[in-house]
Amino acid sequence: MRISVQEAPFDLGAETAAFAAGHSDIGAIVTFTGVVRDLPDDRMDAMEIEHYPGMTEKAITAMAQSAVERFALGDALIIHRHGRLQPGEMIMMVATASRHRKDAFEAAMFLMDYLKSRAPFWKREISSTGAEWVAATDEDEAALSRW
Amino acid sequence: MDVLYFAWVRERIGMPREVVQTDAATVADFVAELRAREERYAAAFEDLSALRVALDQELADFDAPLAGVREIAFFPPMTGG
Repeated sequence: MRISVQEAPFDLGAETAAFAAGHSDIGAIVTFTGVVRDLPDDRMDAMEIEHYPGMTEKAITAMAQSAVERFALGDALIIHRHGRLQPGEMIMMVATASRHRKDAFEAAMFLMDYLKSRAPFWKREISSTGAEWVAATDEDEAALSRW
Repeated sequence: MDVLYFAWVRERIGMPREVVQTDAATVADFVAELRAREERYAAAFEDLSALRVALDQELADFDAPLAGVREIAFFPPMTGG
């Protein structure tokens, strides 16, 4: 299991290949990648992601451990960036490995739902009209209830 | 106690962290003390339903006791992923 909270970009292909290597007892690997989406009506200059150093790593580690137990994962990888990002840049990735695909898919969904609402990150969109904190949605909170 | 503020809570209060002496029994009591200090605190803590709190880096409720807590953080609902 590897957790990385970092400012630097990551190489999705290299990370996925490294994650997949060396497992002979798993039959499925699922990856999810989050990308900075431009604003619908305005051009975003940047997205700034603030986080709570210390708590971020602890919260993500706890989520990952919980996913590993609940879905009998062989392994899990979570990379989440912070700092200033441009539209189109990759913000984060999750990879899950399990014996069968259902567990790997469900574990990735579980981790994404928890990362969205329980990992201490705050996004701010910066455009020509100013800077706006991204608001959490009721849907994001409701998504946790299915687990 | 170390007090940390993030995102718009940090902006409204005007600093990321400070050390505050308190005998407050619960988070809610501590928030009441902060609100009484200055207008910027009252503005930041106006609507507790829009805020989350962590005690020693674990999410907690506003009625949680503060005994033994060294670090308290206030922030809006998280937007990770």
